[in-house]
Amino acid sequence: MKSVIFRTVAPVLTSLMVLFSVFVLLRGHNEPGGGFIGGLIAVSALAIYGMAHGVETVRRAIFFHPMAIAGAGLFTATFAGLISIFAGVPFMTGLWIYPAILGVEIPLSTVFLFDAGVYLVVVGAISSIALSLEERGGE
Amino acid sequence: MDVTALTFLALALPFVAALVAPVLTRFLGQNAAWVLAIAPAAIFLHFLRFVPDVASGEIVTGGYAWIPSFNVSFSWLIDGLSLTFVLLISGIGALIVLYSGGYLKGHPQQGRFFCFILMFMGSMQGLVVSDSFLMLFVFWELTSITSFLLIGFDHGREAARRAALQALIVTGGGGLLLLAGLLILWNVSGVTQLSLLLSFGSELKESPFYFAALLLVLGGAFTKSAQFPFHFWLPNAMEAPTPVSAYLHSATMVKAGVYLLMRLNPVLGGTPEWQLLLPLFGVATLLIGAALAVRETDMKLMLAYTTMSSLGLLVMLIGLGSPHAIEAAALYLVAHALFKGALFMVAGILDHETGSRDLSELGGLRSAMPLTFAIALAGALSMGGLPPFFGFLAKEELYFAFSTFDLRSALFAILTVLGNALMFAVAFAVALKPFLGPRVSMPKHVHEAPLLLWIGPAVLALKGFSIALMSGLAHRLISSPMASAIAGEARTVEISLEPHLGLPFALSVLTVALGGGFYVNLARLRAGMTAILADIGWGPDRGFDQFVRGLVRFAVALTRRLQGGRFEVYMTATFALVALVLLVMPFRYGEFPRAPFFSADVPAHELAIMAIAVAGLFAVVVASDRLTAIVSLGIQGFAVAVIYLLYGAPDLSFTQFMIETLSVVVLALVMTRLQLSPADRRPLPEKMRDVAIALACGLGFGLFLLRVTAVPFDRTLTEFFNLYSKSIAHGANVVNVIIVDFRATDTLGEIAVVMITGLAILALVRLRAGSLKRAVAAELVADESAAEERV
Repeated sequence: MKSVIFRTVAPVLTSLMVLFSVFVLLRGHNEPGGGFIGGLIAVSALAIYGMAHGVETVRRAIFFHPMAIAGAGLFTATFAGLISIFAGVPFMTGLWIYPAILGVEIPLSTVFLFDAGVYLVVVGAISSIALSLEERGGE
Repeated sequence: MDVTALTFLALALPFVAALVAPVLTRFLGQNAAWVLAIAPAAIFLHFLRFVPDVASGEIVTGGYAWIPSFNVSFSWLIDGLSLTFVLLISGIGALIVLYSGGYLKGHPQQGRFFCFILMFMGSMQGLVVSDSFLMLFVFWELTSITSFLLIGFDHGREAARRAALQALIVTGGGGLLLLAGLLILWNVSGVTQLSLLLSFGSELKESPFYFAALLLVLGGAFTKSAQFPFHFWLPNAMEAPTPVSAYLHSATMVKAGVYLLMRLNPVLGGTPEWQLLLPLFGVATLLIGAALAVRETDMKLMLAYTTMSSLGLLVMLIGLGSPHAIEAAALYLVAHALFKGALFMVAGILDHETGSRDLSELGGLRSAMPLTFAIALAGALSMGGLPPFFGFLAKEELYFAFSTFDLRSALFAILTVLGNALMFAVAFAVALKPFLGPRVSMPKHVHEAPLLLWIGPAVLALKGFSIALMSGLAHRLISSPMASAIAGEARTVEISLEPHLGLPFALSVLTVALGGGFYVNLARLRAGMTAILADIGWGPDRGFDQFVRGLVRFAVALTRRLQGGRFEVYMTATFALVALVLLVMPFRYGEFPRAPFFSADVPAHELAIMAIAVAGLFAVVVASDRLTAIVSLGIQGFAVAVIYLLYGAPDLSFTQFMIETLSVVVLALVMTRLQLSPADRRPLPEKMRDVAIALACGLGFGLFLLRVTAVPFDRTLTEFFNLYSKSIAHGANVVNVIIVDFRATDTLGEIAVVMITGLAILALVRLRAGSLKRAVAAELVADESAAEERV
């Protein structure tokens, strides 16, 4: 996996895939996609980057420990559910607001926050597995 | 406040006191005892106000609904029996708290000790006033648990830990028997409250389940009250600090079993089984306990074994069930709590002041500790059944029970006299030996105990004296109502200090004479007992160890057999079972699918994709090395993803693509990580077996799917989600809306699982590679398939 072409293309491909994964996450509520799929795409992106440039580079690039990302995701998802309780409706009831940002009405919801949590958990947990395997596999 | 609320507060108060005890002790040291003793004293005063009502024959019940739908309540029943117990528990409890203040003075964990003992007090108090079965059981087990904590208080020593565990296993196990017994009683009678159960006539005794219920209840009572052969935990429990021995293991907790038998006597008692089992075990316990007590020289152990004897005596009396026997049981129970509590505390004082509680190392302390000597003497006189002490009344009443001149009474009378005489000898050995005779040199400078230490036993000894003097009043307020509650009908206790001649008095004289003889020859008796026990060699205590060791060995052997640690075995077993289930079910119920219907005009591209899938599978099977096989499996997976796409499930297909990609990557990584050989080197027979299992699984699953899809599809859910996805959840993608909104709590659970799996695998990978290698791969595969499944 050390071909020059792969090593050159990998960063570009990875960034595109990560961008795409966020896109998939965002559009998930109305068109095919969502946190789970988006997360899997992001993990694939990281895996490709890891194959091309080594695990250390990936770890540096994502800055946080993968399990920390997963933990943050689980926290986010739980928090999204708790917001509903604070608002006086049952746990996990979807709440929506429509603030106008720069003149455009953006629909925001606890549901989206929850989906983002799913995304982070998948990215963190699966990439943690892949990276740790890859790391020792090269020894 | 009304009585109900106050009683509830009284029941909760010990637990509240237990909470504040550690903090209080940090600030006040041992003087916290004075403050903490207020709690049991207040409870004592609260329950004292019930005495006139109960003495006039009233039964006070009260409480709150707990789980009304199951007919479970938090309710209490206060009659002569429970009132006597509650007064003993709170009264002695207050004294014990004071005594602990002096006994554990300066102990770094004194606060914790106060906390435990107050918790125990609350549990014991709850146990005896409980009206509902469930509450009784909960408090019953709580006393076991708090007793475990108290016996193991000095947890640095192995003996204490063992004793604590042993007590917990024996009494906790007995508690489970009791639970089963209570459930039977509930089912037979249909009531969940003791007060209602007591109004049942002979129905319970005639039920076919009577004997089973009796055995289970006896299992609970005998383990708790240390009846032979479950007695061994009690002497071992003497590892606990002396206040615990005095309180739990003589005055209160061990009486819980006796309490239960007394409580259930009206509904379960009087049958031939009852009158056979209870006296038999009781008298055996009485004699064995007394004989074992003689052997010891450690004061606490001697007292512990005599406690066992006394419990045996009580069980025997309840079993005999005649009016005099029941009255004697009521008197003896109270008398025993008073004198045994006092004597234990004396043993603790000697231990505390001299550094030893071994009779062979103590002597001549009468001038240094006159007060302690007086208390010990008062206790021993009561225990020996000499006038003018309460113990005398109890013993006289006991012998009245035998004055019926038949063979059975005569036999029990002889055995009881023998047991009582041995106890008499032990009582005076404990009370006299340390104080009389020449002064033995002590490591410490011995002086009288401080106030906190002597006040408890002094009050108990005085009580034993004053009750006997004012027997008329005591009987009217306490003994008679208690005996009535045990008997289930009105009873009047009349025994007093007035001299009376007759058989009972003769038996008393005989006991004293025999006991005196035993006392004089105690050393010889001890040597004889030791020799006999050495000859027997084995005892239930060792039996317990053998049982526990055997259990552990069995568990290890079973685990080794079921969990050999070879991954292939697990996988083979799992898939063989899956195949079995899938194939047996259609045969069992005759549910075979009809032959699948192939439409004539399948589009060419669909056929092509199916061909690719089959080609992928073929490639997997014929692949010469593992990496090729893994990649080929990916071909099949992608083909399936395309099929999903064609049938209008873009989300599913999307996810399938990603999962397939990642599976190939991760599996390849695992292969390199585990340094598996590239080629598959299974021997042919093993290969054939695996092929067979795989084919069976495939066939079974195929049949299953065909059968399931033949059932008309219920569109209710589809319609519901299609209808409401946009209008309620503001999302057009139904799949996603289900995942993150309609069933979001499910998803929350699932991502938690993903997270935990990730952590587990990380831990496995970080562990030294070796035997765990296979487990890692298994986890990964399991994770992937779980992820696939959830989509």
